[in-house]
Amino acid sequence: MSKKLISLTVNGRKVETAVEPRTLLVHLLREDLSLTGTHIGCETSHCGACTVDMDGRSVKSCTVLAVQCEGSDVRTVEGLASGGVLHAVQEGFYKEHGLQCGFCTPGMLMRAQRFLVENPNPTEEQVRAGMSGNLCRCTGYQNIVKAVLYAAEKLRDKQEAAA
Amino acid sequence: MIPPSFDYHAPASVAEALKLLGSLGSDAKLLAGGHSLLPMMKLRFAQPAHLIDLNRIEALRGIREEGAEIVIGAMTVENDLLDSRLLQQKVPLLPEVVSQIADPQVRNRGTIGGDIAHGDAANDHPAVAIALDATLVLEGPKGRRSVKADGFYHGMYATELAEDEILCEIRVPAFAPRTGYAYAKLKRKTGDWAAAAAAVVMRMAGDKVESVRIGLTNAAATPLRATDAEQALVGKALSDATIADAAARAMSICEPAEDLRGDAEYKTAMTGVMLRRALERAAARCR
Repeated sequence: MSKKLISLTVNGRKVETAVEPRTLLVHLLREDLSLTGTHIGCETSHCGACTVDMDGRSVKSCTVLAVQCEGSDVRTVEGLASGGVLHAVQEGFYKEHGLQCGFCTPGMLMRAQRFLVENPNPTEEQVRAGMSGNLCRCTGYQNIVKAVLYAAEKLRDKQEAAA
Repeated sequence: MIPPSFDYHAPASVAEALKLLGSLGSDAKLLAGGHSLLPMMKLRFAQPAHLIDLNRIEALRGIREEGAEIVIGAMTVENDLLDSRLLQQKVPLLPEVVSQIADPQVRNRGTIGGDIAHGDAANDHPAVAIALDATLVLEGPKGRRSVKADGFYHGMYATELAEDEILCEIRVPAFAPRTGYAYAKLKRKTGDWAAAAAAVVMRMAGDKVESVRIGLTNAAATPLRATDAEQALVGKALSDATIADAAARAMSICEPAEDLRGDAEYKTAMTGVMLRRALERAAARCR
């Protein structure tokens, strides 16, 4: 099948490339753009390891076609830290030991940062519901929830300091 | 896992999509949220030569009020149903259902129309649409026609939607004040399909049931309307006995398929339990 030319923004950088229609967003990111931070887990939209932002919403990039991202703004875990400073969710996962093997972590981080935009002041229960599309096979959920709550507080402090 | 090769089309209007559907015929599949179709393609359960992506058709998105009806565009994603103030006020059953579907990421892509038109009785919206007495607006080469959700489902993946038609709108009667409602769903884990689930929409006159509609999810090859159970309740006060009678009638029409979630006997029993819970919650909300 003929390739389609697509143009999108990935972590603020303009990307123009030709893809087969069957190319999944996660494969475009990992193989064409060498952004291997986004992981492939279950490949059937259950585990959330491939979670990225697409136009300000969390999506599972194993179940979005690259051609569907024409004109879209995509953000991956590589775009989280800025100027060598960790994003609050990255700091939270580091401080609260929110990872063991680390495989689910990029998806967890990307979902956590978007969730905290949607709900900057969540309860523990809301964190669990908001992160329910991400599985950790080490079952390290306790610390993942703590890490997200840590990041929430950090982001609120930052916002107050700026106000 | 990569899907088999296909050609991709992204029409900007329903007219353009219908034209493509007409010329490509049965080699084409409509792509909505993709969270059923793309996994099926990866597993080679579906191998369409063409995908017609409906995501660029803005006219198919959005929720609006039209007289006594709430009109939902078929391509409206689940999270937009969840967050809709209009639905929270006029059809609060829908946000309650959506909160029990899949997970936040999937709800950002998955659409109500895709969920309804896929024809999978394990999906939640079909039985809910039956309980809501929803009307489905289908558009084909000869124009639009309206069909009731109750009657839309013919069998596993077989619906009233013809090969050359697109589901455009879901029209739901707005709830009158003191309409009771509930969706009780048993699932093994977040994101799973229902082992059993029941949707109830009900009105009471005094302490007696004035009207009730019951939809059952994943209890047979199609979503079920529990007509016998409904009729047994109308005109009666809700008691342990009337609820047990309704649950027994609903269970008698269940023919669930055995799978990882349980055997037929277990799923049937759980359908009865879900209906009992949904009736009790709906009744409490009628007040």
